[in-house]
Amino acid sequence: MGPLPHSMLEVDQLACLRGDALLFRGLSFCLAGGGLLHVAGRNGAGKTSLLRLLCGLMLPEEGEIRWHGKSIRAQREEYHGALLFLGHANAVKDEFSALENLRVACALAGRAVSEAQALAALDAIGLAHRVELDARHLSQGQRRRVALARLLLAETVPLWILDEPFTALDVPAVGLLARTIEAHLARGGAVIYTTHQDVPIASKSVQRIDVGEFAPC
Amino acid sequence: MLRILFAVVRRDLLLAWRRRADVFTTLAFFVIVASLFPLGVGPEANLLRTMAPGVLWVSALLATLLSVTRLFAADYADGTLEQMLLSTEPLTLIVLGKVMAYWLVTGLPLVVLAPLLGVQFDLPQGAIGVLSLSLALGTPALSLLGGIGAALTLGLRGGGVLLALLILPLYVPVLIFGAGAVGADAAGLGAGAHLLLLGACFLSALAVSPLATAAALRIAME
Repeated sequence: MGPLPHSMLEVDQLACLRGDALLFRGLSFCLAGGGLLHVAGRNGAGKTSLLRLLCGLMLPEEGEIRWHGKSIRAQREEYHGALLFLGHANAVKDEFSALENLRVACALAGRAVSEAQALAALDAIGLAHRVELDARHLSQGQRRRVALARLLLAETVPLWILDEPFTALDVPAVGLLARTIEAHLARGGAVIYTTHQDVPIASKSVQRIDVGEFAPC
Repeated sequence: MLRILFAVVRRDLLLAWRRRADVFTTLAFFVIVASLFPLGVGPEANLLRTMAPGVLWVSALLATLLSVTRLFAADYADGTLEQMLLSTEPLTLIVLGKVMAYWLVTGLPLVVLAPLLGVQFDLPQGAIGVLSLSLALGTPALSLLGGIGAALTLGLRGGGVLLALLILPLYVPVLIFGAGAVGADAAGLGAGAHLLLLGACFLSALAVSPLATAAALRIAME
């Protein structure tokens, strides 16, 4: 028996308030390298709120989130360097081409990439013929792919937080994304995601949290 | 550090170029508002000369107020702002880059156009020079302060009116020293003191408002 895998992310007794409503309370989990966490729950249960809390975009009402044993609020820039978040919105600009969108998104995140790297990622995600086209002419699924191309350029970023990543994707793209997530887990990365679709993802350590179970009575 | 600043400026300039119409509406607004006054009060040269600094400055201020609401709106709507908040780069630098690009596309054209409008008010040559100089110092301050308001009112209904209420009081010193500089020069008193105070307004805005704007954005995204 080796030592227990070291926890990357520890979430302790989290409570989340939206407006006047308490969405959940007492939510705790640990996530180690190679771990996959599926956040489930009905609409409005607070899945997206939980992910935004985990990113540090929102402050929890109670509880603490620790990255490698230290509160994420005490190490914002280090934590952001270790985190990649894909939200509901694609952060894709209509006025930019797929290539420009990808390069700008990476530069804004503080991880600038070369044109060749960006082209390779777009090629891998199936947009090779659309790299120069303005994003306004892309379909919803293609715009999602532009956003997802960032994952292919973020192999060294340990924690991926993905909000409904499979939305608007066709079957091959869903498969491609599942394989990308599996590869990231195999590298020792951790992934937290929400979905209503049933997508099999192979992983040594799978956890599932239903946010609704932590709703106050 | 500077790389992210230039990356943001470049990105926003490119975006502004691809949506040129937005820039032209602001400029057209400035020109039309400033031109309404001579039409309204009649061709009385002395009167026009006296009110020119105030009218041009108020027009520039309103044009800024009109366009600054859009500073973060598009990035907020499409999720880019979330990504900016999660960047490893300091948010204050990203904000500063956005405001710089905003000034380059809306403030700088005002500075360039103002002398032409000054001629319409029969301003003397010297006063036109001072007008350009005062706008060159004052409009960056307007952009920086407007950024705070734009961040605070992000995602609110009726945000435009609230933005005006929040920001107009902060614009008062800039307006007084800006218009005052032109007035003082026209009166033969020398614009030096006003311009120095205007420069001080600009530098304090430069020091404070990126931090305040970044803090306001974090609150707005909660």
